[in-house]
Amino acid sequence: MRAFGSPLSRLRSLALIGLLAVASVPAQALTPELAQRIVRGETDERIAAIGEAIETPDPRTAAFLQALADEQVRVSKEGVIIVKGDQALDATSGSSRSLPADAEEVMLNNRLRGEIDVALAALKLFADQPAQRRAAAVSMLKDPDADRIALIERALGAERNDSVRSILTEARAAMQLSDPASATRLQAIQTLASSRQPEVLLLLNQRLPNESDAQVKQALTGAVRQVEDRLRWGEIAGTLFTGASLGSILLLVALGLAITYGLMGVINMAHGELMMIGAYATWGVQALFREFLPTAFDAYLLAALPASFLCAATVGALMERLVLRHLYGRPLETLLATWGISLVLMQTVRSLFGAQNVGVENPSWMSGSIQVLPNLQLPWNRMIIIGFALVVLAAVALLLARTRLGLFVRGVTQNRQMASCVGINTAQIDTWAFALGSGIAGLAGCALSQIGNVGPDLGQNYIVDAFMVVVLGGVGQLAGTVYAALGLGMVNKLLEGWTGAVLAKIAVLIFIIVFIQKRPQGLFAMKGRSAEA
Amino acid sequence: MSTPSHRLSLPARPALMGRRAWTSFLVALIVIAALAPVFNLMVPKESLFHLSDYAVALIGKIMCYAICALAMDLIWGYTGILSLGHGLFFALGGYVMGMYLMRQIGRDGNYKSDLPDFMVFLDWKELPWHWALSDSFAATLLLIVLVPGLIALVFGWFAFRSRIKGVYFSIITQALTFAAMLLFFRNETGFGGNNGFTDFKRILDYPIATAQTRMVLFVLTGLTLLGFFLFARWLVTSKYGRILQAIRDAESRVMFCGYSPLPYKLSIWVISAVMCAVAGALYVPQVGIINPGEMSAANSIEIAVWAAVGGRGTLIGPIVGAFLVNGAKSWLTVTAPEFWLYFLGALFIAVTLYLPRGVIGLVQTLSRRFK
Repeated sequence: MRAFGSPLSRLRSLALIGLLAVASVPAQALTPELAQRIVRGETDERIAAIGEAIETPDPRTAAFLQALADEQVRVSKEGVIIVKGDQALDATSGSSRSLPADAEEVMLNNRLRGEIDVALAALKLFADQPAQRRAAAVSMLKDPDADRIALIERALGAERNDSVRSILTEARAAMQLSDPASATRLQAIQTLASSRQPEVLLLLNQRLPNESDAQVKQALTGAVRQVEDRLRWGEIAGTLFTGASLGSILLLVALGLAITYGLMGVINMAHGELMMIGAYATWGVQALFREFLPTAFDAYLLAALPASFLCAATVGALMERLVLRHLYGRPLETLLATWGISLVLMQTVRSLFGAQNVGVENPSWMSGSIQVLPNLQLPWNRMIIIGFALVVLAAVALLLARTRLGLFVRGVTQNRQMASCVGINTAQIDTWAFALGSGIAGLAGCALSQIGNVGPDLGQNYIVDAFMVVVLGGVGQLAGTVYAALGLGMVNKLLEGWTGAVLAKIAVLIFIIVFIQKRPQGLFAMKGRSAEA
Repeated sequence: MSTPSHRLSLPARPALMGRRAWTSFLVALIVIAALAPVFNLMVPKESLFHLSDYAVALIGKIMCYAICALAMDLIWGYTGILSLGHGLFFALGGYVMGMYLMRQIGRDGNYKSDLPDFMVFLDWKELPWHWALSDSFAATLLLIVLVPGLIALVFGWFAFRSRIKGVYFSIITQALTFAAMLLFFRNETGFGGNNGFTDFKRILDYPIATAQTRMVLFVLTGLTLLGFFLFARWLVTSKYGRILQAIRDAESRVMFCGYSPLPYKLSIWVISAVMCAVAGALYVPQVGIINPGEMSAANSIEIAVWAAVGGRGTLIGPIVGAFLVNGAKSWLTVTAPEFWLYFLGALFIAVTLYLPRGVIGLVQTLSRRFK
């Protein structure tokens, strides 16, 4: 689209630069005549008129263009009118007036719409807030257009904020990348070579095949390498972060399994469905808060945590009492029975809440992200989940190591008969431990509801990975689960960068199969007699 | 009392089947090979004795499932290894057959090209290497056995060598199937992505949708099922089969007696996988579609539940189980679709809790009580 109008409009911009140099203060921003030219006539001329209007930024031009974008502008012979609700305002003077009878709606095609959007962004270069100006400058950098050099020059002249200035300079350089004079291009490349913006890399790479001058081409290649080097750290940190994020989710999912499978030897194929129950409990609490406590909506997640834990733990305890109790010592049958339970749970949820996903909204303190480096954004919800996983891990470790229940659970795990002999009610401990593992699954579901879809088959997506974590980590110790979860998360994301998601997953699975050849009991095998039991 | 003999007496090899079993076997053979074709093709549609095409398709499909259940019984019921990867071998057999059927379409596809439609759609210019042999029926028959057999051999060798047992093995096989499903979902692996293969036109140049072709496939499936049953019966009554059962009951003791379980486990694992693959290859031309959904974890576990419902370690039980569960499935998914998963889930729980020996075990107990 740019290519068509560019030679003509470049001439115009050059003329304008000259004009600006001579008369630094233009006479008037938005004249009635200019407004008429923007709303009527040939598309090319209207675009030219928009360009003219934004050369002299003022709030009224911004308001007019915004109204135009929102389709609130009417036009008649008497003038251009902005209609807001039942109020009509003159576009150029801003005074209130009556709507003429012959007023028509302004027609916009997609090309004009695009131009108006860009023009609005350009006007933001002169906004009051530095953050707004910065955002506008970045958007100009992303989509550089040689026509706007004059605008950037003027913004640079007025800009006092150093960080905004540097981006503006880069935006100007980006616009000069296709300048006819090779000296200008060289200079622009030098400016961009010191950039930290990920967009610049794209721009430089796009320019590379179109460059004919050998010297400039060489400079371009050098600049690409420099920017890549500078961006590499951000990329590595980003990969590590997504790896840690996936690892923390796997950890949450696998912690419950580590108790039910690792400590009790029960293969719980319904573990994923217990997570699903936790996620639905979160959704229910959210709905209750929206209905009865809309003012405290942001706090719903705090109430959802115990709710999801208790729901899943109750279901887990019932499962253990009614079914699994009768199957101890028959692990393969347990596997099939829990699979059956998972089918029933999934279908129950489907009957109660429908087969579609339900919407769980993030509380406001979990949305958004912080920008650490220009190419590294850390979303709050992921960071909070990493922290949450660590808290849950610490709680479980403390519970197992320091409480009476934990002592009993460890005792039963190590030697059931002996534990029973010294007076531990092993049947009761089984129920408690299973409820605990299920409750942690519920917490995992609550966490997952904040980053993904909540539907009846939520659990199915994670269950294979979670079992891999337990298999890799080894049975009987939490440390193995932690290392395996974080390791698998990292390896998965690192491989994804090279090979794509599916091949990465397959590579990880093959790795686990090969790994088990070396250490059949996992990373941290239990030692001693209990290992063979 | 005569003098006690200290000579170790091994029990004689039991007969392959008793007289009643042979009679039932012959009846089944006659029903499949003679009565079904006559009632389907010769008897007019209005007649009470007419066997509808729908019934032929359904029973043909279930017989394929029954072969899977039989294979599952060999590995699970007799050797004590629960595989959750049999869906993979079933699908692999199906895919090999599907590739041949895709090539048989020739230029009759939507794009009138020599290449299968999905390749034209992906703008591929020639067949990928793994399609090289797919135009030959003989090679296809060979590959149906070789591909899943080799995969089972390699995987099994690694798994059994490092003594992965019990639930570990189940989980690893499930992961293997899951990985394969992800791979087959990809377009660039050349298996038609998530649509898989469908719209088959011919098999061995005969049109595939006619009643006659279907009947031939039906009879072939039935004969394969009966043949595999005899073979399995022969296996489990042999010394080899006794060692399998010994491995199931006390693997450590088998090792102390001087046997290495590895070759036994590996061979029965490969045999079982190949049986599943043959079932898959018979399944695809009858059902007319194969896609990666066949490799989902649910399918593999369902095979296990057929065996469990019928009764493990009986060979006939899993076949009965496959018919019972799939009969119920095709009835329930039509009359009360939302009820089916409840039923299946309850079946899993009830069978493991109350019927550890399955329907066959229940029948045996009842008949003993009323004698």
